[in-house]
Amino acid sequence: MSDSPRPYTLIAELTYRCPLACGYCSNPLDLGRHGDELDTAAWRRVFGEAAALGILQVNLTGGEPLVRSDLESLVGAARERDLYINLITSGIPADGARLARLAAAGLDSVQISIQDTDPHGAAWIAGRDDTEAKLEMAAATRALGLPLTLNVVLHRGNIERVPGFIALAERLGAARLELANTQYLGWALANRDALLPARAAVDKARAQAAAARERLRGEIEVLFVRPDYYADRPRACMDGWARRYLLVTPDGIALPCHQALGITSLGWQNVRAHSLADLWNDDSSFRAFRGEDWMPDPCRTCDERETDFGGCRCQAFALLGDAAATDPACALSPRYDLVVAARLRAETPRAAEAARPPIRLRRLRPAS
Amino acid sequence: MIDRTSRLRLAREVRLKLDPRSGKQMLLYPERGLELNEIAARVAGLCAEERPVARTVAEILDEMVAVAAGTPRERVETEVLEFLRALEDRGLLAVQGAGPKDA
Repeated sequence: MSDSPRPYTLIAELTYRCPLACGYCSNPLDLGRHGDELDTAAWRRVFGEAAALGILQVNLTGGEPLVRSDLESLVGAARERDLYINLITSGIPADGARLARLAAAGLDSVQISIQDTDPHGAAWIAGRDDTEAKLEMAAATRALGLPLTLNVVLHRGNIERVPGFIALAERLGAARLELANTQYLGWALANRDALLPARAAVDKARAQAAAARERLRGEIEVLFVRPDYYADRPRACMDGWARRYLLVTPDGIALPCHQALGITSLGWQNVRAHSLADLWNDDSSFRAFRGEDWMPDPCRTCDERETDFGGCRCQAFALLGDAAATDPACALSPRYDLVVAARLRAETPRAAEAARPPIRLRRLRPAS
Repeated sequence: MIDRTSRLRLAREVRLKLDPRSGKQMLLYPERGLELNEIAARVAGLCAEERPVARTVAEILDEMVAVAAGTPRERVETEVLEFLRALEDRGLLAVQGAGPKDA
């Protein structure tokens, strides 16, 4: 019998292709250098192995899952395994008829991202503004009777429009509104100084979200996720390393989270060569940060180690070059100074014309 | 807020599923799941049943009291109502006010 925890959710990154170019994307920075996408049959096998492992939900994401021409078949394959199917999409390319086909194939819920309600803001962060088309897809989701989650990634450029995002969720009849601040890994870390809000802006948005949560209780579930840079304690990232979530990249690499490929001190295996169960249960990288044996001081004796599981390993590696170090977003980390320094830079007021500085947009290949 | 006359079904997005791993009933909803104890599983089962008119809260309470013979009525009602209100808070119920039975 395996001593591994039981995974509940498969995050299926179906493709790195995406019409948008958000400067906080969770895909890897070198996404243009990855191999061929898993085909329909390979994903079908992955879904079967996931269900056998005890997984109950699948998030179909990317990149943009709608660019996969076989998405209907993939939804059908997940439905055959009785998985609860969440489509995590930008809504682009918008196509209401396609959404209806996906619903007929067994889709359970749709999460649509909104970058900004200000078209200039949307174009700044995503390279283009698709808000109108996104709203049509949100309306089409509701017309099909599917539950809608509106997802807004918050950052310095849009955090002041939280009341507008709440009003939009109400108008669209969303079941959930995720106001999730950017966490500073990958593309977002590359753009950190442009994206990190000042503390007062985060506090204000948090209060607005809390008021909306009370007012809309039972109608819209309003979620607000702080940037861990302002939390003093680390995020319970992924509910613990390789504990509840299993992610497969478009080219078949099995990971415990979106960012783990960035931990170059660990090796990662491919589902083309190994079963999901073998990877989840026995792979040394999946086992590396399970439980508490890996924890350094001050985590190993910390009262909160069962709450935050030691925070984000990817952040420790990205900022300190050591994936086993205490997450520097924790005020108890000896290197908390790195987070404090970034916050201090965010406090510097910026002239209006510098509000949207050039950022590194997510592209498959660098712009020529 | 639900009361004894509210007619309840599970919201359309909610799936009641027997988890083959744990042998327990689970409620699955967007990106989340809820493992149910025995009482909650029975209540969810009543809300999931396909019938022309959904049960009222009062009917659900009566059935649960009958099932839990020997347990004081008050305790059963408290537990069931707590569970139903938790579902309502999460938006997992489709609630209709009281209506004629043949509506």
